[in-house]
Formats: sequence, structure tokens, C-alpha cells
Amino acid sequence: MPTLEIDGQRITVEDGVNLIEAAERLGIEIPHYCYHPGLTVAGNCRMCLVEIEKMPKLQIACNTRATEGMVIRTQSDRVKEVRAAVLEFLLINHPIDCPICDQAGECKLQDYYMDYDRQESRFALEDKVHKEKALDIGPLIMLDQERCILCTRCVRFLDEVTKTSELGVFERGNHCAIDLFPGRRLDNHYSGNVADICPVGALTNKDFRFRARVWYLERTPSVCATCATGCNIDIHHRRGEMYRFRPRHNPDVNQYWMCDEGRLSYQRYQGEGRLLQPVSREGDRWAVRGWDDARVEVVERIRAAIAAHGPNAVAAVISAQATNEEVFLADRLFRGHLQARVAALSWSPADALHDDFLIDADKNPNSAGLRLLASDAGLDAVIAAARSGAIRVLALLRSDLLGPCGESLLDALADSVEFVVALDTHFSRTAEIADVLLPIGSFAETDGTFINRSRRVQRVREAIPPPGQARPGWQVLSELRRDLGGPAVPADASAVFTELAASHASFRHLSYARLGDAGLALEGAPSR
Amino acid sequence: MSEKILLRHEDVPDLRRLEVYERDGGYQAARQALGGMEPAALVELVKASGLRGRGGAGFPTGVKWGFLPKDNPKPRYLCVNADESEPGTFKDRQIIERNPHLLIEGTLLSAYAIQSHTAYIYIRGEFAFGAKVLEEALAEAYAKGHLGRRIYGTDYDLDIYVHRGAGAYICGEETGLIESLEGKRAYPRIKPPFPATHGLFASPTIVNNVETLACVPAIVSRGADWFKGIGPEKSPGPKLYCVSGHVNKPGVYELPMGTSLREIVYTHAGGIRDGKALKAVIPGGSSVPVFTAGEIDVAMDFESVAKAGSLLGSCGIIVMDEDTCMVRALQVIARFYRHESCGQCTPCREGTGWLEDLLMRLEHGGARPQDVDLLRRVADNMIGNTVCVLADAAAMPVQSFLSKFRPEFERHVETGGCPARGDRLHPAAAAAQA
Ligand SMILES: Cc1cc2nc3c(=O)[nH]c(=O)nc-3n(C[C@H](O)[C@H](O)[C@H](O)COP(=O)(O)O)c2cc1C
Ligand code: SF4
Ligand code: SF4
Ligand code: SF4
Ligand code: FES
Repeated sequence: MPTLEIDGQRITVEDGVNLIEAAERLGIEIPHYCYHPGLTVAGNCRMCLVEIEKMPKLQIACNTRATEGMVIRTQSDRVKEVRAAVLEFLLINHPIDCPICDQAGECKLQDYYMDYDRQESRFALEDKVHKEKALDIGPLIMLDQERCILCTRCVRFLDEVTKTSELGVFERGNHCAIDLFPGRRLDNHYSGNVADICPVGALTNKDFRFRARVWYLERTPSVCATCATGCNIDIHHRRGEMYRFRPRHNPDVNQYWMCDEGRLSYQRYQGEGRLLQPVSREGDRWAVRGWDDARVEVVERIRAAIAAHGPNAVAAVISAQATNEEVFLADRLFRGHLQARVAALSWSPADALHDDFLIDADKNPNSAGLRLLASDAGLDAVIAAARSGAIRVLALLRSDLLGPCGESLLDALADSVEFVVALDTHFSRTAEIADVLLPIGSFAETDGTFINRSRRVQRVREAIPPPGQARPGWQVLSELRRDLGGPAVPADASAVFTELAASHASFRHLSYARLGDAGLALEGAPSR
Repeated sequence: MSEKILLRHEDVPDLRRLEVYERDGGYQAARQALGGMEPAALVELVKASGLRGRGGAGFPTGVKWGFLPKDNPKPRYLCVNADESEPGTFKDRQIIERNPHLLIEGTLLSAYAIQSHTAYIYIRGEFAFGAKVLEEALAEAYAKGHLGRRIYGTDYDLDIYVHRGAGAYICGEETGLIESLEGKRAYPRIKPPFPATHGLFASPTIVNNVETLACVPAIVSRGADWFKGIGPEKSPGPKLYCVSGHVNKPGVYELPMGTSLREIVYTHAGGIRDGKALKAVIPGGSSVPVFTAGEIDVAMDFESVAKAGSLLGSCGIIVMDEDTCMVRALQVIARFYRHESCGQCTPCREGTGWLEDLLMRLEHGGARPQDVDLLRRVADNMIGNTVCVLADAAAMPVQSFLSKFRPEFERHVETGGCPARGDRLHPAAAAAQA
């Protein structure tokens, strides 16, 4: 644990910490381009040079580890001069594309120029070395070689993280350019990350290019809901619209990365097919209903079925797409309060994409939470009971039955069950068999928690409000519970979580505040 | 010194054939050392000889070998740096092409000293003939038991491979060479870690120059004192001096370390061509500061040349007569470094290009009055801040040419191009002058 001094402040860090990180802990920024904490050190940009007492030459902070007694200066005249020189060198061949460059606002060349350089170029514009612009190098990524500052972050990412090595540096000297190896395309499952780590506008994401100026976007920390890994993300949104997902660092889950499928998953929540109002079936068309009206109908159908045939005539299917709060409320209501049957649904296609890095074959964000919080009568048993006519009312919570049941069984269910209510985000083949559809918010439109594949409890947040008249799932379930004779509707999702934590031993030590942005591993929980 | 050690092939015809080399006493040193010397004793012997690396930096060879970790279980590698790409330098090629067994014997001894069982001769891609000669010599050496398993009946094994480089100057920088050997782009590595602990295939590695290794057999057979007795105490031994440029007899000369530069130019290389006056001499290959005609009374060894304000480097002595345009000469040098910069570090990648662009304008017209100072400042900003010293190698000549020949650069600005040679003028500048 060396103790060192940076700009007059003392700090003690663990062995092996480099000077960029050590300074950062003191709130001192050492500017850098090539260094990325998730990649090996390249030491090529030369932006992080600092003065170290007793060393004649300036040293790069990224490749220098903190050692006992070091005295570092990051703001001396010599350091400032070299920073300005590095920026001047970088700006020689970098085009002045800023007004049209999509990276404006999150470009380190722009930022550092304002912080450390601010001088007129002494280089004649006509002498710039020209390279290729707007190269389409993969399904997600565009490359502008002229904007590239050759930090090699992208090359190292593809060598070290995905190990697919699609990109390399070609040519020498100031003709150097990043390019695809001949015959290759940048089309691995993690390609989007290279745009995130490119410190300038050389690599951009086709999906996001020219859609928004970044300074208008708000960010909400959340968790990807596309597989059981639960990569930590930031949702970038504005005025109720999502623009992109970007990975958020979590050393225990996804490090700095996320997969392309997860990255693009935001699209599916704002595309066609969202349920915007409660509707009910009237003959062969859907009729719009008021929320109270629709809920009253659901409550009455449930009451009537139980009155006539007992609680076993009602069943609910709860899926691993639901948050813990939703699972808890639904289970409490159907099994606990009504003593009806509950089936847990965690379905993924048999050939689901997976790898040994982040992508999990379980395409549900909350299979672990569902196992923990819902009693399970078995989906097959419930379906069989429904087919036999024993179940009169079927409630589906974020449960798409097309995968596990198939088309014909779905149609058969529609005939054998009297009343189907679905709480979901989208119209779907399953929605077609419902009598009432109640629109709820997606994971990006509701507060809640998921438990990922390594049993880590992580929060999602209402980044944007649910569209139309959709409501958070926990709220709809709480209202149904109240109407069926249960307790009053909690004020927010965290109140539901408090209730959940009080009744499940393995959650007892947890609260939203303790979960924070990084989540917490579930300890002592029975593993099933 | 009349006896030739490194250029012995000039006296003994066909020395590159094993049979001749053996008849001339070849591989005796190797038999002697492998038969009776502990590897550690051999390292000590080379230390005691005072042999310093001939690749440019002049680091003591035995001391470098001593940096290898004692307790690392990984294999050790010896890399022979036969890349020889410094402009003005063509000494290693002499040994490679005409006395390959001397290099092989030196490599065998050195590999034995550091207990390496695999050595690679990394040879510049363009040296196609040299590579062929080495391959043939290696085949001969294997056939006669100088290489391979259980050499001379001892339990020491050694394999030597010839690896042809891709033909880039940066492949001669020791970590660039290692990267290239590993099959990657020859990007020099940041240090630490150093090759002695994390070199080829992340194993302990020594990189030595051809001429350095070629000195080792004689040190073994004649002793450290003999070697130390040649030349100055701190940089002893025989030395190959490459002389090129405007001299009557350009070539490679083997002379004791510390021979005077004036003597080399005027006596051995026959003086300046066509009876012209001398203008300048670069003593150590294109990357070192230049001497003016008045500064050549300097002993050519590491200390003396450094004291005189330049570097011995690879001993590529480049001679320029009175008609030489220093701007043009510097532009040619700058063009080389621009072309050869690996492009990894910002100051080098962009700086080398900028230097040459400025020099092009000075030489061909279009330079602004402030460009002379700018040239200097760009060079200053490149020095000392990069992964390897190629950036320094590009910037040092600029600094020294400017401090010693500045009026010539200013005259280029005034005349809008090179005043010496109208035919070199950019058409626009020529028109402006007419
Ligand atoms: C840009 C650059 C090019 C170099 N080229 C060569 C070369 O062609 N041959 C060589 O022996 N050393 C070259 N060197 C020096 C090597 O890095 C290294 O110092 C040398 O091979 C060590 O051998 P020695 O200790 O026997 O001198 C070069 C260094 C630099 C920075
Ligand atoms: S494309 Fe971006 S990440 Fe890749 S080397 Fe260039 S600047 Fe760095
Ligand atoms: S690996 Fe899974 S959780 Fe992570 S981004 Fe991809 S789909 Fe989302
Ligand atoms: S100084 Fe130049 S040649 Fe050396 S590593 Fe940096 S860019 Fe490459
Ligand atoms: S961040 Fe240290 S050299 Fe680039």
C-alpha cells in the first residue's frame, strides 16, 4: 500500500494502481486517450505525461504504478507545455469536422483542447494527410479514418476482449490508419463497444449517428433486460424517448461492456405494437376501456369464478420478464390472498445465442428472482388444467405463451378458458387470446429490481414514463390486490420492495438505498 | 592495428565456408568455452572485456546479460539484431554475407553464456543474399555438430533460426524486433517491463547486435585483457566504421575504437572527393547530431563523441562536401524518419511528417519566415516523450543542423527555395525568382 504525493496531496493506494487512477481518487484528472481501464496499457498517445521527482524525463501516468514516496506534478509548466504540444500534434491531421461530427459533446479532443491547448494551429490546413471518411465497416459501426487519433483502443478491444481481431493499424507514420483486415467485417456480437471507447468521433454507432446531440440527453442508470446477465447500462433519453443504451461499469457483472443485442433492445420498447390503453374484446374487435372500468371487470370475473368454482378455478402465469416487485405482488395476490394457482414462466428459445462471456442463453432478466419469489405449480400442469376446463380465469403477467405452448395450444386455450387477462407491454400472438389487456410499463419505464444469473439484486429505474395510459406493473397489481380485499396501494416501488424484504429472509438486509447503482449479491439465499 | 578480427574475410579468401573458417581456427573458442567454462564465467569474461553493444546505444554487453533473472523457469532467448537499417550503416552486412560463421560462433558462445537454447537471427528483409548465406552456414554448422543437440558432446543444445524481417527500420529497435518476431506489427513496447524479464514470448530475452556478437569469439580465445588493450579503456575493442558520402574511398573500415574521425575520413577513406573542402560529417548514422568541418578532431568512441556533442551510434559516418545543401540533406533525412515512424506515438507520428513538410517548403519554396523557428520547436516537442527513441533520432539532426547551419535555412526562406540548385526549385518558386 504505497503512499505518494500528487500535486501536494497525499494518498495511499493499493499496490499496482497506476498514476491516472491514483490521481483520479484525489479528484485530479490526468488527461488521456489511449488508456482505458478495461484494456492493456498501450502508452502511445502521450497525453498523460507527468513530472515525477528524481526522474529526468516526463513519464506516462498510464504505465507508471504508484510507488512509495513518489512525488508527482500534473500541473507544472513543463507538463502543460507537453500536453499542448501533444494536442497540437493530434490536431494536425484531425479534420475540423466538429459542427457535423456526431461525437461533439463527448469528444476528448474537443474537451482537452479547451482545457489544455487553446492556441491557433501553426500547421497549414492544406498539408493535412487525407484518409477515408464514412467507411461502413460493420452492421453497427462506421469508421472515419481522418478523425482517428490512433489510440488503438478499438484494436485492443477486439484483440483482448472479443478476441476476434477484425481491425488493425495499417501503413506507417502519419499515413497510419485503422482499417479492417482484408475480407473481414466488424460483425461480432459486441461490436457496439468500440464506438463507446473511441475517444473521438472516428467510430460511431450507425444506430445513433445524427439522431441527437448528446448534451440534450439525460442518463438514467439501469440494467439490460435482454438476458440473465443483467449488464449495467445507462439509458440515454430525452422527452420520453430512448436514444441508446450504453454499458455502465460494474466489475462484478459486465466490466465495461455489453452485447449488441442488448444495446439495440431499447428499440423494441418504442417501436410498433405497444399497448397504450386498457382494452377489452368486444366481438371481433378491441374496445378501449377506462382503467377503473377495466380493472373492475377483471376483479369481478375473478370473484365470480372463485365463488362458483373455488380458488383453483383461477390461475396466474408470472414470467421471468417481470421485476421482483411484480413477481412478489402477483404471487401474494394469486397464491397468497386468493389461494389460486401460480405458474412460473422462464422461457428462452432452444437455440438462444450464448457465449462464455456476457451473453446468456436465458433470455429473461429475472429468472432467479422468479424462482425465489413465486410459488410454482408447474406451467404444464396449469396449462393442462386450463385445457380441461378446470380453470375459468387465467391471468398472464408479462407472459408470452407462444414459445412454450405454440400456436395451436394457444388457440385451444382461448376456447377452454372463459376469461383471460394479460398485463403486458405489447400486442402479441398471446394477447390475441386475451379478453382484457392491461398496458404496463417496460423495464425502462418502471422502478424495480431483477436478480441476475449470479444472484445479484440490481435496480432498474423509470427512465421515461410508460407511454399512453400504460402504468407501472407494480401499481396495477397493487390496485388489483386492493380491489380484491388486500392492503392499500403502496406509494412507490420501493415500498413494495420493503414489504418483499420483510417477508423473504434472503432479502432482509436489502433496501433500494443499499442496492445503489451497482446492486448487491444475494447472500444466504437458498439456491434452487 | 593491422590484424583484422571482424573483417578477417578480407585477408582469408572464402572464409564464409565452414571448412575454411575451421582451418583458420574457427569454432576453437566455442569448443574451448563449451568444454571447460561455466556459463557464468563466460558472462564475467565478457564483462571484464569491457565490450559495449555495437547496435547504437553502447550498453555494456556482459552487464546486460547479467540482468536476466536467475530464477525464472521460462526459456531464455537470444535475438541477433541483424536488421541494420540506420542510414549510412552497412557494417553488419559485411559480417553476415562474408563471414557468417563468425556470427554463428559468436551467437553460440553468447547463447551458451546466457543459457539460451534458442536463438533467432532477425535479418532485414531486404538482405536476401545475407539470409541465404546464413541459412547455408547454419546448415553446415548443424552438419558438423556446432549446433543442435549435445554440441561437442556436452549436454548443451542450441538451435539458431534465421527470421527475415518485413523491411522496416523500426524492426531494428529491440522491442519492435521482438514484436515482429512474434508475428505482430513492429510497434516498440513501452518499458518497463524490459526484455531481460519479459521479452520474446514474454520470456527473458537478450537482443544483441551482429557486430557485438562477432566480437565474442576473439574475447574467448584471446582473453579480456587483449580486448581491453585495444582502444580507450571505457570503450575498448575493434570497431567497424562505415564511411559514405563525398569521400574517395567509401567503405567499411576496421580500426580500434577511438580512432580519430579526421584520420578515418582523410587517411582511411581517402579524403574528400574531387579535392573539395569538407563541410560537415555525421559521425554515427543519420540519427545523431552533425559535426562541422572544424569539429572532426574527435576520437571515435562512445565517450569522446558524446563529449563532443554527438553520438557514436552505429558508426555510420556520413561525409558532406562544401557543395552540400544542408537543407536538402536534412530534408532527405527527415523523409526517411517520416516514412519509417511506426506511427504509434503522437509526437513521432505527426512530428516526423510535420518536420518533412516544413523542410520541403524550405527546399522547394513556400516557406514562411517563422518556419525556421517552428521547425526547431516541433523538433523540441518530439524529444524524450515517446515510446522509443526514433522520435529523438528524427529530431536531433534537425536541432543540430539548425544550430550549426541556421543561416542556410534562413537564406532558403529569403530566396523562396534552394538557392544552390535552381533545378530543384518548385516551379512556382522558380517563377517567383525569375
Ligand atoms: C529506431 C531504432 C532502430 C534500431 N535499429 C537497430 C538495428 O538496425 N540494428 C541494431 O543492432 N540495433 C538497432 N537499434 C538498437 C537496438 O534497439 C538495441 O539497442 C541493440 O540491438 C542492442 O544490441 P547491442 O547491445 O549489441 O548494441 C535500433 C534502435 C532504435 C531506437
Ligand atoms: S478509431 Fe477511435 S478507438 Fe480506434 S484507434 Fe482511432 S481513435 Fe482510437
Ligand atoms: S449480455 Fe445480456 S444483459 Fe448484457 S447487454 Fe447482452 S443481452 Fe443485455
Ligand atoms: S517514437 Fe516513433 S517509431 Fe518509436 S514507437 Fe513512437 S511512433 Fe513508433
Ligand atoms: S494515456 Fe498514457 S500514453 Fe496514452
